Amino acid sequence: MTATMQPKSEAAEAPRRGKRTPGTGENTRPRRGPMQFGHWWWALPGIALVFAIHYVATGIGGFFAFTNWTGIGSFKITGWTNFEAIFKDPTKLGALSNTLFLAFGSVLLGNIAGLVIALGLNRVVKTRYILRTLFFMPVVLSPLATAYIWKYIFDFDGPLNAFLTAIGAGDQAKPWLADPQWAIWTVLVVLVWSSTGFAMVIFMAGLAGVPVEVEEAAAIDGANLWQRFRNVTLPAIRPAVAIATTLGIVQGLRVFDPIMALTGGGPAGATETLATLVYKQAFALGNFGGGAALALVLAAIILIFAVLQQRLTRSNPED
Amino acid sequence: MFRYTKLTLLREVGLWALALVFLAPFYFLVTTALKPDNELFTTSALAPPTNPDFSNFIDVLTATGNSNVVMGLVNSAIITAGSIVGLIALGSITGYVISRSTRRWSKGAYYLFLIAIILPGQLGAVPLYMGARALGLTGSAWGLIILYTGMLLPLSIFLYANFFRGLGTDYEEAATIDGASKSQIFSKVVFPMMAPATGTVTIFAGLIVWNDFFTSLIFLGGSANQTLPVAMYYYIGSLVSQWNSIFAIVIVSMIPILALFLFAQKRFIQGFSGGLKG
Repeated sequence: MTATMQPKSEAAEAPRRGKRTPGTGENTRPRRGPMQFGHWWWALPGIALVFAIHYVATGIGGFFAFTNWTGIGSFKITGWTNFEAIFKDPTKLGALSNTLFLAFGSVLLGNIAGLVIALGLNRVVKTRYILRTLFFMPVVLSPLATAYIWKYIFDFDGPLNAFLTAIGAGDQAKPWLADPQWAIWTVLVVLVWSSTGFAMVIFMAGLAGVPVEVEEAAAIDGANLWQRFRNVTLPAIRPAVAIATTLGIVQGLRVFDPIMALTGGGPAGATETLATLVYKQAFALGNFGGGAALALVLAAIILIFAVLQQRLTRSNPED
Repeated sequence: MFRYTKLTLLREVGLWALALVFLAPFYFLVTTALKPDNELFTTSALAPPTNPDFSNFIDVLTATGNSNVVMGLVNSAIITAGSIVGLIALGSITGYVISRSTRRWSKGAYYLFLIAIILPGQLGAVPLYMGARALGLTGSAWGLIILYTGMLLPLSIFLYANFFRGLGTDYEEAATIDGASKSQIFSKVVFPMMAPATGTVTIFAGLIVWNDFFTSLIFLGGSANQTLPVAMYYYIGSLVSQWNSIFAIVIVSMIPILALFLFAQKRFIQGFSGGLKG
C-alpha cells in the first residue's frame, strides 16, 4: 500500500524539492547508479570482528592441522601426516560414515515427516495453527534438554521398554543407547524429532504460495491426489525443498551437542561423528594437531555441500 | 472445492493423534519430574505419579555453587540480550553497506560472511580461547557477548543483506533529496523499515545463544558467571538416574524459552520461514 502511494507524494513535493537541494534535483532520477547510501567504512567493525573470530582463529587452527601440537608447549610441522592417519584409521572412517548417515538420514526423514505434516495442515483444517505450534515446539528446546529427555525414554527402565512390555513385546526391550547396533538409530530418532518442525514451517510457507486455482484446475481435469502433488504442488515448492534439505545437511554434518549428551559417541564408537571426534582429539586427548586435521576434513565436506546448495538455489527460476 | 468434508475431519483427527505421539516426550518429562523419589522405580515409567510432589523443583531452585540455576538464568538472560543488541547493531549496518555499495569489495565481503557461516567452529575454538584468555575475556559475561556477536554476525549480516536486496531504494532517495544525512537516513528511514529482518535475527540469535552449551562451558569454565545450560549440566552431573530431579531442572531450563515461544509463536514461525527464503 505504502509503496503505491510513493510516486504521488513525491510528485506533490516536487516543486519544493528543487529549492532544498538546488542543482542535484534534476540528476537524481536518471543517475541511479552513482547515488551512494551509507559510508563504506560503516562495514569495517563488522568485517574486522568476523575476520578475527572466524578467519584468523580458523586459519591458526588450520595451520596446526599440519603439526603435532598437543594443545600446549612446542610443536613440529609434520606435513600431511595427520591426514594420512585419518584415512588409515578405521574408527575415524567409521565416524565419517556415521556423520554422513546421520546427516542424510535426519534430513531425509525429517523432511519427509515435515512435508507430510505440512501437507496435512495445508488448507481447511480448523486447528492448523494450534497443531503447527505443537509440532514446532521441539525446535526451540536446547539440544542438551532434548537429549536428556530422550536419554530417559531409551533408558532400560524407561518408557519405551515399559511400553514394549505393556504390549507384550517385552523380549524386544533392550538398553537402546548402550546397544552398538541400535544406538545410532536412537540418535537418528532424536535428530529427526527436533528437526521435523523446522522443515514443516518452511514447507508450510512454500505451500501457502501454491495458487488454489491451479490445484483446482488439475483436480477438474481428473488428476488424482498423487498426480496433483507430483505435478502441481511439488514443482511449486521446489525452492522450499532446496532450502530445507541443504540447511538440514549443513546442520546435520556438524551436529555435536545431542550426540555428546546422549551417547558421548559410544558405545564403542558406534555413534561417533566427525564433530565429536574433533572435540575428543583436540580437547580431551591432547592431540590438537590431529583434531584440527579432522576439523579441516569436516570443513571441506561441509563446503562441498554448501556449494551444491548454491547451485541448487541458483537454478530455481525465481532467482 | 476445498471445503470441510468428512475426509478433512478424518485428517484433522489423524493429525491430532500424530501430535500426541510426537509430544509424548513432554508427558514423560512432566510426570517424571513430579514423582517423589520412592515412586521413581516402583511405578511404571508410563504411569503418572500417584502423589505429585514439587520438592524436586524446590531442590533445583535452591541449588548453590556451580549449579546455581537462578544465577544461571540471570547470566543467560544478560548474555543473550547483550549478544542480540550487538548482532542487530553490527549486523544491520554491515548488511546495509555491503548490499547497497556498488563497489567490487562489497561482493567479496558478502562471500566472506557467507563462507564464515559454514566454517565448523571447532577448528578455531582453541586459538580463540587462547586469544580471549590473553585479552582477559574468559570468565566474563562481556567476553562471551563479544564472542557470540562475532560468531553469529555472519548469519545476522546475511539475513539483513538479503532483506535489503529485496528492498527498493526509493525511500532512501527521497530522504536524500529532502536533505537527510547518511546517518539520518540509516537511523530514521532504513532501520525502522527492516523490522522483519530484525525480528528474524532476534529469534535466531536469541535461540542459539540461549540454548548454547559448548561455547559457554569452555569460555566461562569454572567462573561464577555460568549460563543456564552449564548450570544444568553441572547439576545433572551429580545425579545418576535420578530422573525426577534431572527432569525438574530440564523443565526449569526450558520454561523461559517455551513461554516466549508460545507467547510469540506467530513471530517465531514467521521468522524461521521468512528469514530463510532469501
